[in-house]
Amino acid sequence: MLRFTIRRLVWAVPTLLLVTFLVYIALRLGTDPLQSYLRANPRATKVKIEQYKSVNGLSSNYVLGYLNWLKNFVTFNWPRSIKGSREVWPALKDSLVNTVRLGSLATFVGVVIGLMVGMFAALKPGSRRDVTVNTAAFLGISIPPYITAVLFQLFFAVYWSRWFGHTLFPTSGVYPPGHTGFDLILMLKHMALPTIVVAIQVVAVYSRYMRSSLLDVMNSDFMRTARSKGISERRILFRHGVRNALIPVVTIAALDIGSIIGGLIITENIFAYPGMGMYFLSAFGTGDFPLLMPWMVIVVASTLMFNLIADVSYAFLDPRIRLD
Amino acid sequence: MTDFATISPKRMAMRRFLSHKAAVVSCVLLAVMVLAVILSPITARYGVNEQVRKPPNTFLPPQKLAWFGTDEIGRDMYSRLIYGIRISLIIGLFSALISTIVGCVIGAVAGFRGGRFDDVVMRVTDLFLAFPFLVALLVVRNTIGGIGWLTAIIGDKSSPRFVVFLLSFFGWMGVARIVRGQILALKEREFIEAARAVGATRRYIVRHHLLPNSIGPIMVALSFAVVGSIIAESTLAFFGYGPQAGDGGTSLGILVGAAKGAVQSGYWWIAVFPCFALVLISLAINFIGDALRDATDPRLDRGE
Repeated sequence: MLRFTIRRLVWAVPTLLLVTFLVYIALRLGTDPLQSYLRANPRATKVKIEQYKSVNGLSSNYVLGYLNWLKNFVTFNWPRSIKGSREVWPALKDSLVNTVRLGSLATFVGVVIGLMVGMFAALKPGSRRDVTVNTAAFLGISIPPYITAVLFQLFFAVYWSRWFGHTLFPTSGVYPPGHTGFDLILMLKHMALPTIVVAIQVVAVYSRYMRSSLLDVMNSDFMRTARSKGISERRILFRHGVRNALIPVVTIAALDIGSIIGGLIITENIFAYPGMGMYFLSAFGTGDFPLLMPWMVIVVASTLMFNLIADVSYAFLDPRIRLD
Repeated sequence: MTDFATISPKRMAMRRFLSHKAAVVSCVLLAVMVLAVILSPITARYGVNEQVRKPPNTFLPPQKLAWFGTDEIGRDMYSRLIYGIRISLIIGLFSALISTIVGCVIGAVAGFRGGRFDDVVMRVTDLFLAFPFLVALLVVRNTIGGIGWLTAIIGDKSSPRFVVFLLSFFGWMGVARIVRGQILALKEREFIEAARAVGATRRYIVRHHLLPNSIGPIMVALSFAVVGSIIAESTLAFFGYGPQAGDGGTSLGILVGAAKGAVQSGYWWIAVFPCFALVLISLAINFIGDALRDATDPRLDRGE
């Protein structure tokens, strides 16, 4: 178990290096960093251009350039952004915090509701409530998040205030423009709609996982044994059924959490929520290489890390799996 | 009961499919949509860029003149919706077909060959999945769009052909995984061994035994690939990176994207109709995929 974890951790380093190298190549080909610098600074001197190229690792040799970039990145000697020549880390940190806040809130709400709904459905397979839950989950999966988001905007930004004369949930940003300081209620109100949009998908997906996982467990032999021993139905369900059904669900949840950091682009964009998605879209729009590379590294690293956590947790939770 | 035992698996699958009511309704609905799109010279009331009448004609609410209202420059939303569905369906179908075929070939070879090739393919798949889908699409879109000789074949970044290529580029992994898994499971079965024993070549075994036996999961994957491509296309278009078929050409994603700005001003018809159409298509194809899965999965014998 420990050996497996260590081996995976050791492997994660070359994987991360390989992936960031690929990202580096893709971004150089895809956004043409030099061109976007010249576009922003048309009258840059030769010296300035050379300096820009060297801090960003943009030499014509990709391998050397990557190593150069890596050195600067690891020593936290990050180049400034093209647009406005600002420090990258503060902006990236704010976006990261905002996205993690939105993502974890939505995932938490969604997973909790999804698991309960899935359990509720699995208790009586084929019943009317099972069919209702299934259909609802099906709808939730079929509707792309930006459609829910646009319809929410239409309803809350326009019709709610028109009909009831006040704004229930604001539809953009984290705070109203010009607001400073921390205000929990105001923040939660702003986060309500994006959270619901994301959570709808999560609920739909997890209720299906939970339902099928719990049904699998309920039909297994040890459940019959437990029942024949005369254990109460309640105890069977929670001590044996749900606990075992959660094993695959936890694994999938770990994978999903890893992908959420770069995966809320659509929702963030529609609700003008200043997270990683907005950061990416604006940086990508101007081809801002110094802004994009660290973003990519964080997103990819989080995906890889949670992949690892998923694998390890699976083995940890299910003693039947032997890794060594 | 006795005659049930004698019908062929194909008929049985067909019967099961037809017993899935939502899927049958979805088939009818899709057929109507496809017909309306094919007959767009008749069904569309105005041209894609035509204004319904002389100004003032902007943001007219739904009325007799324009059933679904008009947009910001007075074009008929109903007609534009039909043209939009046409592009979206074409892109969805073609990229799903291409990615399914590519995925089948790669998955079949990987599963059958095993070894080094299999490892490499699976690692590449993992690598692709490490990136957020949209980010990968956007970055690769730019990368491919810069390759001169390729854009000569598939058109430049905003042509529908390019979008089909792009979506196929990212679509094959799921199918490849499914087919690979299926083939790995089938490979060790007795009838394959028997075929090998009588001297069938590997190529023959893959083409005549392994792939036909995986047709169920492949069909399911295909149907979900269609939905996936349509949604991916509309997501791209939503952010302004989709097909811009020239001359005010449109797609579902472009229409929904236009809705983003219009809803803030309360023009509900700009948002509601395209969103509704997209949801209907996505639901219908999902239902069909679901029914196909039920119909072709022999393990799901529900004792009818």
